[in-house]
Amino acid sequence: MRGSLILQTGTRLLQMLLLLFSVFMLLRGHNEPGGGFVGGLLAAGAFALYMLAYDVQAARRALRVNPLTLVGVGLLIAAASGAAALIVGRPFLTGLWHAKPIPGIGKVSTVLAFDIGVYLVVVGTALLIVFTLAETERDG
Amino acid sequence: MADTMVICVFLPFLVALVAPAVARMLGRRSGWLLALVPAGIFVSFWRSLPIAPGETHTWRIPWVPDLGVELAFLADGLSTTFAILITGIGALVLIYAGDYLAGDRRLGRFYGFILAFMGSMLGVVLADNVVTLFVFWELTSVCSYMLIGFNNETETGRASALKALIVTGAGGLLLLAGLILMMIAGEQLGLSSADAGRISALTTVDLRGHELYPAIFALLVLGCVTKSAQVPFHFWLPAAMAGPTPVSAYLHSATMVKAGIYLLARMHPILGDTWLWTNVVTAFGLVTMLVGAIATLGQKDLKRILAYSTIAVLGTLVMLIGVGTEMAVKTAVVYLVAHAFYKASLFMVAGNIDHETGTRDVTVLGGLRRLMPFTAAAGLLAALSKAGAPPMFGFIGKELLYTTKLSIESVGAYLVIAAVIANVALVASALMVSVKPFLGRSRPTPKKAHEATVAMVVGPVLLAFLGLARGLYPEPFENNLGSAAASAILGENVTMKLKLWHGVDPVAMAVLGLSLLTLAVGFGVYTMVKTRLEPIGRAMHRLEAIGPGRAYELSLEGLYRGAGWFTQIIQSGYLRHYLLATLAVAVAVVASPLVRGLREISGLPVGSWRVHEVVVAALAMGGGVLAATLRSRLAAVAALGTTGVAVALLFVLFSAPDLAMTQMVAEALTVILLVLVFYHLPRVVPRSRWGSRVRDLGLAIAVGVVMSVLVLTVATIQPDLAVSEYFLAQSGPAAHGRNVVNVILVDFRAMDTLGEITVLAVAGLGVFALLRLRLSRRKEEVS
Repeated sequence: MRGSLILQTGTRLLQMLLLLFSVFMLLRGHNEPGGGFVGGLLAAGAFALYMLAYDVQAARRALRVNPLTLVGVGLLIAAASGAAALIVGRPFLTGLWHAKPIPGIGKVSTVLAFDIGVYLVVVGTALLIVFTLAETERDG
Repeated sequence: MADTMVICVFLPFLVALVAPAVARMLGRRSGWLLALVPAGIFVSFWRSLPIAPGETHTWRIPWVPDLGVELAFLADGLSTTFAILITGIGALVLIYAGDYLAGDRRLGRFYGFILAFMGSMLGVVLADNVVTLFVFWELTSVCSYMLIGFNNETETGRASALKALIVTGAGGLLLLAGLILMMIAGEQLGLSSADAGRISALTTVDLRGHELYPAIFALLVLGCVTKSAQVPFHFWLPAAMAGPTPVSAYLHSATMVKAGIYLLARMHPILGDTWLWTNVVTAFGLVTMLVGAIATLGQKDLKRILAYSTIAVLGTLVMLIGVGTEMAVKTAVVYLVAHAFYKASLFMVAGNIDHETGTRDVTVLGGLRRLMPFTAAAGLLAALSKAGAPPMFGFIGKELLYTTKLSIESVGAYLVIAAVIANVALVASALMVSVKPFLGRSRPTPKKAHEATVAMVVGPVLLAFLGLARGLYPEPFENNLGSAAASAILGENVTMKLKLWHGVDPVAMAVLGLSLLTLAVGFGVYTMVKTRLEPIGRAMHRLEAIGPGRAYELSLEGLYRGAGWFTQIIQSGYLRHYLLATLAVAVAVVASPLVRGLREISGLPVGSWRVHEVVVAALAMGGGVLAATLRSRLAAVAALGTTGVAVALLFVLFSAPDLAMTQMVAEALTVILLVLVFYHLPRVVPRSRWGSRVRDLGLAIAVGVVMSVLVLTVATIQPDLAVSEYFLAQSGPAAHGRNVVNVILVDFRAMDTLGEITVLAVAGLGVFALLRLRLSRRKEEVS
C-alpha cells in the first residue's frame, strides 16, 4: 500500500493530536466523559491511521513496543492496582487515593492505575489485531 | 513405621521430578543411584518385619472432613508384602533400565515416570481411605499410559498406551462409583462419615446384607478385572508389550495388573464369601486362566508368550480369591510372590535376549547358553519356577493350587482339570521361553550375541535364585509375611505352613502325581508345539479377529466416526452458519418471554417527534437497508458505517456522551479492520440462492422485531433504582469521581472490568494466533 503525501503529512500532525487527546481522555475520565477504554481506542486509531498513511513496519517502529507486550503490561498493571489494596488489608480492587492532587494529572490513585491498565490492554489488543491483519494482507 | 510409610509413598514422586536431571548428568549409571530410592524404601519395610497376623500400622490426616475423605495409609501383612515386591523388584528394574536404555535421550523421562508409577503403586497398596485409594489407582493408570506409550513416535506405541488407558480408566470410573456406594452403605449401617471411607473400618459392618451390595460388588469387581486384565478385558495387556522391556517386567510382576488382585484381596473380608463373590469372581478367574494359558502356545514373540502367561496367572489368582477358603487364600499369596519373582526375571531375560541378539522371535533363537551363560541360568531357573518344578517356589505354589482344588467338594474335580490344563500350557510356554532360546544348536541372529552387562544380569539372576531359595527354605516367608498377608485377606488370623515334601498321605501323593503329570504332559506339548508355531499362531490370530480386542477397536472407530459426523454437522466452518444459529437461538430465547408479556407494553411513551430525531433514525435505517442490498463490499461497509454514526448521534441526542464517543472511535476502527479483512475475501460477491436469501430475510426481520419489542418493553418497565441511586450518591464522596459511568467501570464494578479486559486480551491473542498460523503456513509454502 502506498500512502499519499497529503495523508502522510496530515497524519504526522493528527497522530500527535490524537495521542495527546487520548491521554487527555484517559485522565479526565473520572470526572468528565472519557476513560481508559475510549482513550485506548483513540490511541489505537492514531496508530492505525499512521499505518494506513505509511505501512505496518513504520507503524510498528512508531509504536516502539510490541502490541503483545502492551497487552501483558496492561493486564499486569490493572491486576497489580487491585492487589495494592490487599497489602493494606482492604478487599481486592478497593481504590486507594493519594491525599493531595498533582498539578496537571489530578488526584493520583490505584483507580487511575487500573484505568491506565485498561487503556494499555485496549491499545495493545486493537493494534495486535490490526497489525497482524495488515501483515497477512501484505504477504498474501 | 507409620510416619516413614508416608514418606515412602511420596518420596518416589519427589525423586521423579529430579530424575531427568540425574539421568542427564550420569547417563546409564543413573540407574544405580536412583535405585537407592526404592532400595531404601524396601529396607524400611523390611525392617518393620516380622509382621504378625493382624498387626497394622496406620497414619491419617483429614483431607475433606465433611465428606469423610482423608489421606489415610495402613500397613498390614498384605500391604507390606506388596510394598516389598514393588520396591524390591522396582530397584532391580531401575538398575536394569539404565543399561537397557543406555544412550537413549529419553532415559530421564523413563526414570521420572517409573518412579512416579512406583509411588502410585505404593499409594494403592497402602491406602486406607477409599478416595486416597482411588487417587493413587488412577495415578497408576496415568503413569502406565506414559510408560506403555514410551515409544510415542510409533503408531503401535500410542495405540497400545491408549488401549491400556481406556480399559483401565473406564474400570477406574466404575471403581469410583463402587467405592462411593460403599461409603454410602457404610454410613447407612451406622459408621461415621470418616469411618465409612476407611477401608479398615468397613470390615466391622456387614455390607453383604446391605441392599446396595450387588451394585457395589459389580462395580468393584469390574474395576479390578479391567485392571488385572481378566477376560474379556485382557486384550490391553499383550498390546502393552509396545512399552520397553523394563516396563513390562515391572507392570507384569509387582505392579499395575497386580493392583486389581490386591484390591480384590483387600475387599475379600468386606465383600467376599457370598454366592455372588464365589461364583462371579471364580468364573472370571477360571476363564481367564484357561484363555491366557492356551493363548501362550500360539505365540512366537518372547514377550507375548510371557504376557499371555501373565494373564493365565492373574486368572488363577482371581480364581483363588474368588474361592476364598483359607487354603485358597494362602495359595494365592504364595502364587503371587512366586509369580512376581519368576515373571520379572523372565521378562528381563527376554529383554537381554532382545537387546543382545536383536530379535525376540523364538523360532529363530537357539543355543544361546554358551554366549549368555548368566542370562541362560536365570532364564532356566525362573522357567523351572514358572513350570512348577521342584524344588522351586513355584512348585510349592502349584502343589498348593492342586490341593486347594481337591479340597473343594462340589466342583473341585472340574477346577482341578482346568488347573491342570492351564498348568500344562504354562509348562510348555516356560520351556518355550527358556529352553528353546538357550539349548539346542546355535543359530545366527540379527546381532552378534554376547552376554548382557552386569546391570542387566543382576536383576534376573537375583530374582531367579530367590525363587529357588524360597522353595528350599520357605520358613522366613511363611511365618512372617505369608501368614500376615493371608490373615489380612481372610480377615482372621491364620498361620501358614509350606513344604516341598508332604510325606505319604493320599492327598499329598495325588497332588504330587498331578504335578508330575503336568510336567510330563507339558513337556510333550512343548515338543509338539515347537515345530508348529506358525499354523497355531495363524489359527489364534483368526480367533483374535472375533475377540473382545476387535470389539474394542470397532467401538473406538465408531466413536471417532460418530464424533466426526457430529462435528461436521455442528461445525461447518462458515461464519454465516454460526451467525444463523446464534441469532435464531437468541430470537427464540428472547421472544418466548416477550410474547407472554406482550400486553404489558401498553403504556408506551408516545411523545412528539422532533425533526432531527426523525433524520437520525432514517439515517440509521437507510444505512442498514443499503448494507443489505449493495453488491459491493466497500459500499456495504460504508453503509454500515452510516448506521454506526447515526447510532452515535442518537447517543449524543439522548445525553450519553461516553457512549457516543466510544461508538464513534470503535466505528472508525471497525472500518479499518473490515478493509484489511477484505483482502482475504473473494472480490466478487456471489448472490446466495433464492431460498437461503428468503430464510436470511426472515431471520433478519425476526431479529429486528424482537429487538424492537425488547427495547420497547424495557422502556415501560419501572426498574429498581436502588443500585443506580446508590452509585449516583456515592460516586463523589466514596469514589472521588463525578463521571458515574467511569466510576462504575473502574471502581464500583472494577472486577467486571478486569474480567472484560482479560477476555479482550485472550480474544486478541486468539486472533493473533490464528492469523500467525496462516502466515507461517504460507511462508512454508513459499519456501
